[in-house]
Amino acid sequence: MTNPVTAGSPGAPPGESPPGAARVLTALDAVRDPELDEPITSLGFVSSCTVSGDGDAQVRLRLPTYFCAPNFAFLMVADAYDAVSALPGVRMTEVVLEDHFASDAINGGVAARAGFARSFDGEAVGELHELRADFLRKAVMAGTDIVCRPLAGAGTGPSELATLTLDQVPPSPALERLRQRRAELGLPAGDDAPLLIDPATGAPLAGDAVPLHLRRAHTTRVSIEANAGICRGMLRHRYGTSGLGEEEQ
Amino acid sequence: MYEKNGEKYFVVDGHLHYWNAAPDNWVPGAEQYAKGWIECFHAYQGLGPPATHWPIEHFQKYSEDDLMKDVFEDGYVDVAIFQPTYLKEWYKEGFNTTERNALMGEKHPGKFIYNTRWDPRDGDAGIEELRKNVDRFGSKGCKLYSAEWNAGSRGWKLTDPAAYRYLEECQRLGVKNIHVHKGPTIWPLDKDAFDVSDVDHAATDFQDLNFIVEHVGLPRIEDFCFMATQEPNVYAGLAVVIGGLMHARPKFFAKVMGELLFWVGEDKMLFGSDYAIWEPKWQVEGFVDWEMPDDASLTDYPRMNTDSKKKIMGLNAAKLYDIEVPAEYQLKHGGTPGAHEVFAGEPEEHAASGA
Repeated sequence: MTNPVTAGSPGAPPGESPPGAARVLTALDAVRDPELDEPITSLGFVSSCTVSGDGDAQVRLRLPTYFCAPNFAFLMVADAYDAVSALPGVRMTEVVLEDHFASDAINGGVAARAGFARSFDGEAVGELHELRADFLRKAVMAGTDIVCRPLAGAGTGPSELATLTLDQVPPSPALERLRQRRAELGLPAGDDAPLLIDPATGAPLAGDAVPLHLRRAHTTRVSIEANAGICRGMLRHRYGTSGLGEEEQ
Repeated sequence: MYEKNGEKYFVVDGHLHYWNAAPDNWVPGAEQYAKGWIECFHAYQGLGPPATHWPIEHFQKYSEDDLMKDVFEDGYVDVAIFQPTYLKEWYKEGFNTTERNALMGEKHPGKFIYNTRWDPRDGDAGIEELRKNVDRFGSKGCKLYSAEWNAGSRGWKLTDPAAYRYLEECQRLGVKNIHVHKGPTIWPLDKDAFDVSDVDHAATDFQDLNFIVEHVGLPRIEDFCFMATQEPNVYAGLAVVIGGLMHARPKFFAKVMGELLFWVGEDKMLFGSDYAIWEPKWQVEGFVDWEMPDDASLTDYPRMNTDSKKKIMGLNAAKLYDIEVPAEYQLKHGGTPGAHEVFAGEPEEHAASGA
């Protein structure tokens, strides 16, 4: 695939020189597939990333199939646009989704900052905030399982898990991620917030509701992980090459 | 029929196709969609064992002889259920229609069951076509694809009033098995097209119908599980689960099977190869050999025994489609009644016959 180009304008004032492609790629680490709750970089969705000497950035994205759901595809392209265009030194940003049935509508809509409903005129009634929130709630459920499983394995029972606050859980990347997802949804994420909450309301969970909640959290994680596995396999079959920043799982 | 270690399995392939997706069948002006669709299917085949991969040209259009060999001669299948998908906006004669399936199948009596399909956006003409197909092909089931493009619309859901009209007609006609395949598009596009809550509503409102959710609601397995556990007439179609995960992602396969066994239960899971995406041979052999791995992360999942596998491989589907199963394939011990039997009050039919 395209080699990342690291470019800079010699002599440009600090803070305004174009970022290198590596810096753009790092910014793209913050863009996630909303369904899989994983960065588009590690999933292999970034096929190229270049920055010209004048600060014009171009990112090309690819997905596992021609028919991947257009709403999630739009979110990834729009989020990539936002992440890259916010970088100091970037003059123009272009994000291109390749090989997708709705490439034209998505690429054109994102470039024109038109929003989803206008990009799919007559086919959508609203923007994608609610859809994104639905999937963040799933990510919170899956993240709850990732944090709780080791605790349960070490002998912490359901009722005891329900008494824990976030600062009583040993620090880990998984815990940090769970807190971030909860914060994004406006759910309690501080030190004194309960570990187990209802992702729809933020209310703490207790009593009989806890074992079912934990069971559902696990199923949600299995579902997301299995989907990610299928997506990786399809992407590999479709392109046969690694994306920039792709990580094997 | 498949036999392993002295146990005989009656194999019903609950989901297969006889399609023509070659360029000669592409609708002018829609070539990119026709090509994109079959290439997407072909990528799924890539998740199976490499020795079973086909070149794209063969995959686009295979012959009747190929199907008979792959499915019946080599693939152990006793009875196969055709699940048509039309996609006439992209394929001139349709991708695989009820007619195409039946024209081929009628040369092989007793081997095939012809499901038909409908699309709620086709109005009165569609109802008439459904009646005709049931009359002509004896369909007891239908395959619904929610993401089919139709005259400017990119999809539909089961709770659309027009769909309820068709479900009522299915009830009247005795088309009792509704296979639901959720696709990526739906109106409006800002909603989650894969959401299965419409199946939940329809299953509650149409208790006489069975709803088989194909590929277990992938990519919404969790929503499907939580719904299926509450609805006695909702079943899991395993197409894609076995084909797409058993070889490519064995660890996830174990977990997904565990989740399905826990929430849905072995009495409501149906094997389907999704041929020609995947050949049945390796799936049947692999599934019968498969055991839940001895792994600490899998200990709280239910286990399967030989009877569980016999049900999933064919006996469950035989019940739904009234397929006569010879005594030698019936369960020896009757198995454990599942939630379906308990809640629906159905007699444990297969218990006595083989004992």
